Amino acid sequence: MFDLLRFPGDLLAEYDRLHRELDHLFGSTPAAIRATTRGAFPAINIGSTPQTVEIYAFLPGVDPAQLDVSVERGLLTISGERRNDWTSDEKRAIHARERFTGQFKRTFSLPEDVDQNQVEAHYRDGILRIVAAKLEASLPRRIEIK
Amino acid sequence: MTENRNVTTQPGRAETQADPARQVVLMPPVDVLEDAEGITLIADLPGVNKEGLSVRVNANTLTIEGEARIEMPAELAPLYVEVRSVRYQRSFTLNRDLDTNKIEAELKHGVLKLFLPKHDATKPRRIEIRAG
Repeated sequence: MFDLLRFPGDLLAEYDRLHRELDHLFGSTPAAIRATTRGAFPAINIGSTPQTVEIYAFLPGVDPAQLDVSVERGLLTISGERRNDWTSDEKRAIHARERFTGQFKRTFSLPEDVDQNQVEAHYRDGILRIVAAKLEASLPRRIEIK
Repeated sequence: MTENRNVTTQPGRAETQADPARQVVLMPPVDVLEDAEGITLIADLPGVNKEGLSVRVNANTLTIEGEARIEMPAELAPLYVEVRSVRYQRSFTLNRDLDTNKIEAELKHGVLKLFLPKHDATKPRRIEIRAG
């Protein structure tokens, strides 16, 4: 189902593997209990189809009204804030606090063949899906043989 | 409540499987809080909806399993990938003072919130002192 995930061993996968092996050797480190890539929130997957470029941002528990997606000169920026769902007080013991809270911002460049005026974003079940249409001129065409 | 790492982390083992994309299980980040009433566990499970979620208690082990169901076009080719699995799993060992028959679960925007209440008998009580 998740074609994006069937990636031949690239650098990131190698790094992940190395990390897991080290965890195995030395016991679990705090980093091992994080499901997303260390240091980056939201985690992002990008894929393309012949007509579109699709960006999936893993943004659980964010109010869509607190999300901002913008495109400027080929740069796509996702920013917003994830508030803590709970408040700390004296009556409460905190046993684990691994989930990201606070402001976030990630920027990346869109491929050149993307039409900046045709970008759509949807938020569902904690995933922000951004679909950018490719420029018509860059779409594959069938050349007619006369 | 303590985490049951043996169940969830089997580093290296998944890598040796034929199809790593099917085997890799992500460990969701959690917040765990405790007050006089019970324990609140919050887990990030982006992409998981009600149908893809399972919360089980077996003896004194709580297991959360989820499968993200993400709408994607069939011909999508990867350009850049940070999240390489759609499966989440994590287990915890529960103390006996929690009432596992009364667990409440809520799932919204890919965040699971569980409340595990304590047995009434184990809740702190205020002892009234009567004047003699």
